[in-house]
Amino acid sequence: MKKFFKNFYLLLIFLFLYAPIVVLMIFSFNDSKSRRLWNGFTTRWYVELFRDADILHSLYVTLLVAVAAAAIATVLGTIAAIGIHNMGRRAKAAYLTVNNIPMSSSDTIMGVTFMLLFAAIGLDKGYLTLILAHVTFCTPYVVLNVMPKLRQLDKNAYEAALDLGATPHQALHKVILPEIMPGIVTGAIMAFTMSIDDFVVSYFTAGTTSQPLSVVIYSMTRHRMTPKINAISTILFLIVLALLIVINVRQSRDEKRREAARRKGAMQP
Amino acid sequence: MKKRMLSLLLCSAMCAGLLSGCGNASSAEVLNVYNWGEYIDTDLIDQFEEETGIKVIYNTFDSNENLYSRIQTTSYDVIIPSDYAISRFIDEDMLQPLNYDHIPNMKLIDEKYTHLDFDPEQKYSVPYTWGVVGIVYNTKYVDKADIGSWDLLWNPKYTNRTAMFNNSRDALGIALMYLGYSLNTTDKDELREAADLIIAGKPVYQGIWMDQILEKLPSEEIVAAPYYNGDAVTMIDENPDLAFYVPKEGTNLFVDAMCIPKNAKNVSGAEKFINFMCSTEAAMANWEYVGYSSPQTEVYNELDEEITSDPLYFPDITQYPTEAYTNLPTEINQYYNDLWVDILT
Amino acid sequence: MKKSFAYPYGVWLAVFILAPILMVVVYAFLNADGGFTLHNFSYLPGYLPIFGRSFWLAFLSTVVCLALGYPMAYLMSRLSASKQSLCMMLIMLPMWINFLLRTYAWMSILENNGFINQFFRSIGLISFLQSHFGYSLDYIPLINTQGAIVLGMVYNFLPFMVLPIYTVLIKLDRKLIEAAQDLGAPTYLVFRRVIFPLSIPGVISGITMVFVPSVSTFVISQMLGSGKNLLVGDLIDLQFMGGAYNPHLGSAIALVMIILIFICMWIMNKFDDGSSEEGGLLL
Repeated sequence: MKKFFKNFYLLLIFLFLYAPIVVLMIFSFNDSKSRRLWNGFTTRWYVELFRDADILHSLYVTLLVAVAAAAIATVLGTIAAIGIHNMGRRAKAAYLTVNNIPMSSSDTIMGVTFMLLFAAIGLDKGYLTLILAHVTFCTPYVVLNVMPKLRQLDKNAYEAALDLGATPHQALHKVILPEIMPGIVTGAIMAFTMSIDDFVVSYFTAGTTSQPLSVVIYSMTRHRMTPKINAISTILFLIVLALLIVINVRQSRDEKRREAARRKGAMQP
Repeated sequence: MKKRMLSLLLCSAMCAGLLSGCGNASSAEVLNVYNWGEYIDTDLIDQFEEETGIKVIYNTFDSNENLYSRIQTTSYDVIIPSDYAISRFIDEDMLQPLNYDHIPNMKLIDEKYTHLDFDPEQKYSVPYTWGVVGIVYNTKYVDKADIGSWDLLWNPKYTNRTAMFNNSRDALGIALMYLGYSLNTTDKDELREAADLIIAGKPVYQGIWMDQILEKLPSEEIVAAPYYNGDAVTMIDENPDLAFYVPKEGTNLFVDAMCIPKNAKNVSGAEKFINFMCSTEAAMANWEYVGYSSPQTEVYNELDEEITSDPLYFPDITQYPTEAYTNLPTEINQYYNDLWVDILT
Repeated sequence: MKKSFAYPYGVWLAVFILAPILMVVVYAFLNADGGFTLHNFSYLPGYLPIFGRSFWLAFLSTVVCLALGYPMAYLMSRLSASKQSLCMMLIMLPMWINFLLRTYAWMSILENNGFINQFFRSIGLISFLQSHFGYSLDYIPLINTQGAIVLGMVYNFLPFMVLPIYTVLIKLDRKLIEAAQDLGAPTYLVFRRVIFPLSIPGVISGITMVFVPSVSTFVISQMLGSGKNLLVGDLIDLQFMGGAYNPHLGSAIALVMIILIFICMWIMNKFDDGSSEEGGLLL
């Protein structure tokens, strides 16, 4: 009974999280521009979507910026984390405080400050400003995901490698990086997701030729949304869903296999 | 495992990138056009791109104020503001004088809509559309006895079922007209009175919106709201129960016109674009799509009398007082902003 | 030697985080001609109701997020490993649909003729209310209310409450809980005395990550609210991108906002015992 209530609670929360997504996916097949009145099934928005150069271009901007920002943030953040890890207590605290600002400050204010900065240094809004801004709010996630892995690292491993004749470069590559890789990957994925999900910072930093999908959607929400946007979101959503399911299934299969192997090993004398 | 997920994500990202990236060769000549939302037949952009080989980057804004702040920091080649914004841009030296030798189709624009107060020498702008503000209402829910005046927007009978414009000039303009004052008044007491009138109306409105009205009226979320006659056409198409009238107290005559900002990067492309939009074929297609009255003489002549005599398409501005907006002194503009924040506090 | 690895990022932080904040400070004290002025701040007393409304709505949404999110995180942390990762996935997945779109879909759900009201009508709830309680409307007002704005905030920011709490909870030492149970403590006492105190760092970062974006949002209020009442985010948007174009006044508002947020966070951190050097922000 108790278990039922627990599952029911989780179910309700997920229902809340997914209700609007279901609505917008269903209405990507609606044979009218209305977002509320059902007018029959159609796939024409999907067909028209692939003819709409503007929407495709904004998707391209979104993905380009996310890939670039996540890549730069991952490199910058990983290197920074190694450096911060080796700092004294006070310097470390100072770094981490500033590092926390983008995560715990409001995106509206962050967007506005970027806008002022770029205007002041005379940088035209465009891809560059977008990527710079995105790198800034993505990097902290990488730093925060890599730091704990560095703490878990055996302090002597690096020195041992050096003693055994490895160059500092080799020691870094062969000893440290493999150990902290899971943190780097999680950080990179989070950076990528944050960049994709962002609207507010992009709104204040995008130029006319570099409007990401979210900014285009915003200008549409102020008058009329085309169901093409529902269609493109449905496609993106399904791709990510499929990827995640594949990963999840594989993961649990691996887990089971490992479990089985362990049991088998334990049974042997 | 996670590594693989990342690489898959990146791959799909790259594929999508290639998919859409191929259409955007960066070497092509680019033209930045900034227009109102839903205010052009997008096929015309394709046609223009095909004819000239110029890649058009088309973006939209939803108020002249929005446009004003945007062009402070971003460069556009063609913008399509309304009258008073144009006069402000001229005052602040933000527009280029046009070279009509490169825009021969200018001669097709009806002289009724040129040399107006906002650009008396007609040096900076080429009229794009014109129209009036009126009230769009739903005949199913609004009594015939209640229409005809601006007071519908203050009628408590329709509490929570009407809306007001979300833009200081238009909203205060409606209140000023209702009160019988000039749209271009610089008398702060009159403006204060207008602002108080809107504050008094707030309990009646379901919301203070701009383009959301376009959707809320046809879907019957609200039953009456002010809007431009050109958009009324589109809304009535969607929901035939809707109708439009121009209040007897008078209204705002607006002209939206194409201009080239001082900081434009592609002036010759901008001239080509403006000339293209004034051609009879493009102006006709655009009229059919947008629904706003066209200032192009040949369009008017080619249309049936049934349409040109319909107040929805070509309002008869002799039947009620009309006034066009002009630029206001900075101090009054600032006062508008203060009043506006006050209204929404 | 490796300390120097942090220097490039240090430069980055200085240029893109500290310098812009400094710019806001400078802008706030300048007028349009570039001279020093305090005039921008003279507007602020008039904006008091706007600040009050924003903080109140953000407070409400934070409380609701905590009330919904804590049990969620707790239940999740008790699931089997594979179910946990499934739940994590389900929480992250909606982020891949732009939040504007998800919020926009709420409009269809909440409108006066929206899905919820259509449902109420079809089960006869509205006519029941009308005939028995003299209810005069033919819908239940949902959209354009402050409740709708709070709902939008909760919807968008709930994951940011769940994830940090969950991260702290799964790291809890099981032995502590078992020890408490062995000593005969009833479940609620174990929770109150052991689990909850240990999860406070997660709760605090959750509160931060919900409250701060809520207090400065401008999109949610524009879509789900009536547009009749501004929030601070709208006000800032109005100064920078909207009708009022006045970045100096906008900077003054943003500066006050930054200071207020810092004060709130400082008070929040007083509740933290400071043991979590890097906070529970890690996911």
